[in-house]
Amino acid sequence: MEHGILLSGADIDFMVHGVAKYSFFGHEVWITTTHVCVLIIMLILVGFAIAANRAIAKASEVPSGFQNVVELIVEKLDGIVDGPMGKAAPKFYNYIGTIFIFILFSNISGLLGLRPPTADYGVTLPLGVLTFVLIHFNKIKYQKPMTIWKDMCSPLPPWLPVWLPINVISNIAVPISLSLRLFANVLSGTVMMALIYGLLKWIALAWPAALHVYFDLFSGAIQTYVFCMLTMTYISNEIGDGTRR
Amino acid sequence: MEFNSNFILGCSAIGAGLAVIAGIGPGVGQGIAAGHAAAAVGRNPGAKGDVMSTMLLGQAVAETTGLYGLLVAMLLMFVKPLLP
Repeated sequence: MEHGILLSGADIDFMVHGVAKYSFFGHEVWITTTHVCVLIIMLILVGFAIAANRAIAKASEVPSGFQNVVELIVEKLDGIVDGPMGKAAPKFYNYIGTIFIFILFSNISGLLGLRPPTADYGVTLPLGVLTFVLIHFNKIKYQKPMTIWKDMCSPLPPWLPVWLPINVISNIAVPISLSLRLFANVLSGTVMMALIYGLLKWIALAWPAALHVYFDLFSGAIQTYVFCMLTMTYISNEIGDGTRR
Repeated sequence: MEFNSNFILGCSAIGAGLAVIAGIGPGVGQGIAAGHAAAAVGRNPGAKGDVMSTMLLGQAVAETTGLYGLLVAMLLMFVKPLLP
């Protein structure tokens, strides 16, 4: 940091760093720390999935050991989906469970000394866009075109689409606010921890552990829950009572 | 008119400080949500789980505006978009 914004001039570091660069159709593209962290998290999750698959493949009637853990996790995740989705829940067990585990591991990877991938807008925006696509896919699947048009002109009658642009903007704002919420929460935790470690140096011995518990574990878990809950609420709003048109 | 880059940095820092004032709103809002949740649990302790999850969801949504202020402050401080 060339300008002494933080007067101590300490080595405060919470930015995304490039690890390697390569040329992609003439553009200079960087492999950053975010990619590396996502890769590590992916490897952990894939390893766990393979182990879980092995355990379930030779499952017994009375579960024991690792099978217990896997069943507990799956039941908890399914329970989270059951609440807001209602009858449509079985279709979304896979997707919501996946993004829940991914975001949770991303958020708490700050505990392991990694820079959380969700503190990079390039990771949270695709998650928001996925939610956006799911919302509108289910809207087209479950609602009549006339109902969609009526909704889009909502406070005014459908033959007077004056309100249409505002409703379109409010639809587009959904993925942006979803992704920014997750991004800013995790980023603020990351910055806070970087400031504490950078500015206090040797004074920061044991007590930042408490802050880690708050910023990484508590805040990360809450934001994961909120992201999945909002995704499910938006989708189930579009599905309605679940009858195909 | 040409400005000294230190002057621009100083003004950016002041702007960042002003942007974080946005934190007042979510603070009040989350406090109101938590207060009403406490009242709800007091009235109906059986519904504690539902009340908690609803409260956390509402608080997280209310937090967004404060986080926007924080983001603006971070951009001003660390990305320095105003420097030539």
